[in-house]
Amino acid sequence: MTCEETHVLLHALVDSELDAGHAREVETHAAQCPRCAAQLLDYRGMHAAMSDPDLRYQAPASLRARIENALPTTALPVRRASAPGRRSLLKGFAMGSMVSTALAACLVLFVVHTQEDQRVVGDVVSAHLRSLQGNHLIDVQSTDQHTVKPWFNGRLDLAPPVIDLTAQGFTLIGGRLDYIDGRPVAAIVYKRRAHVINLFVVQGAGPGNGATKEKLQGFTVWSWAWLDLDFRAVSDINPEELQEFGDKLKAAIQNGGS
Amino acid sequence: MSVRTTEEDPARAQRFRDAALPHLDAVYTFARYLLRDPSDADDAVQECYLRALRHFDTLRSDDVKPWLFAILRNVCRVEFGRRSRVQLYDVNAEPEKAEGAIPMWNETQDTPETEVLRKLDAQTIQQLVAALPDVFREVIVLRELEDLSYREIAEIVSTPVGTVMSRLARARALLREAWLKTEYNEEPAGRQGKRAGELQERGT
Repeated sequence: MTCEETHVLLHALVDSELDAGHAREVETHAAQCPRCAAQLLDYRGMHAAMSDPDLRYQAPASLRARIENALPTTALPVRRASAPGRRSLLKGFAMGSMVSTALAACLVLFVVHTQEDQRVVGDVVSAHLRSLQGNHLIDVQSTDQHTVKPWFNGRLDLAPPVIDLTAQGFTLIGGRLDYIDGRPVAAIVYKRRAHVINLFVVQGAGPGNGATKEKLQGFTVWSWAWLDLDFRAVSDINPEELQEFGDKLKAAIQNGGS
Repeated sequence: MSVRTTEEDPARAQRFRDAALPHLDAVYTFARYLLRDPSDADDAVQECYLRALRHFDTLRSDDVKPWLFAILRNVCRVEFGRRSRVQLYDVNAEPEKAEGAIPMWNETQDTPETEVLRKLDAQTIQQLVAALPDVFREVIVLRELEDLSYREIAEIVSTPVGTVMSRLARARALLREAWLKTEYNEEPAGRQGKRAGELQERGT
């Protein structure tokens, strides 16, 4: 790789936008070229310095108030939308429509299942938010999967697979015990740039199924069941990146990662 | 277009509130860096949110934050470009000229490779970023301060990802140059011992 190419690509390296192959090439070049190495070091330093929260501004309260006041007010609490929808759907069945009983049963089952699922997804997002507040993101802080995995021994009745995805751009930073749906779960914590990804692993009903992805309150939740384990990853990174995380995790687990 | 009744819909307003208001500080930060003036930034952000509410139904994805940034950038360029204290580039009209005006790599020739960036306080860094030309300032703010991916930035500034990458490279090169100069200006020989710690130790 030439200096010219490196000059552009080393930014992508700093920004974690480079695939592992190119990242290696840039690093190899920088190891032999003092000028590129100096730039890489400086750009990383600038990148770190600019993560300082003091560089960001806070919107003045008066501006927030002006925007709030411009919005039509709501008297009712949020989340009214889904309940009447379901009720009217059921009422439709009760009134003896053309829909056969069997089909109606399936639909009800589907609706109920969806709502159950929605509640768990809500719980997953709440657990994610909880982990970002206060100082309880990590119980065991380590980038080593062989430190994080044994930590769960004796704390849970399952051994969650802990996969190191650092080379793929998702840095393992640790793990903790959390609760979802009233059950203890393993939370494995990753970072992508400044974003946190919580991966929750819980005993599932099995068998496994395909992965799904949904959005809630601006967060993406990626769900996947494999054998008798349920995986749910949640983060505020963009959905494509979480998808990428999910795909890489899936591939690593299916290939027999620890 | 007349004012639609949907704008009065409280449920819709609540959805908008939940989706857009959490990003207010981020949008305001972008406005401050784009316009470099607190009261202009206030006005631009308010206008941005009004427009966003009006067009909330056209938002097809859940990526509210980049969508708000794109609206804000448009507001800043169209509404505030002319009356801003500092003349803004019409970035998209003359991209070649704007970018061609600053040579990309000349800093590497006159910057000794042994230089180490010193730690600067937040206010000084803000000033250095504010001094960058618009094309470069917006990409570096979106990348470093708003933590957006290249793809998201490309959508906001309506250019290919490759252009974002080259603008970012130039932005960082300019910022690094200014950063190194700042150290010299503000650190006369006698005060060397009082330097803030180095950003990083350079390996031998």
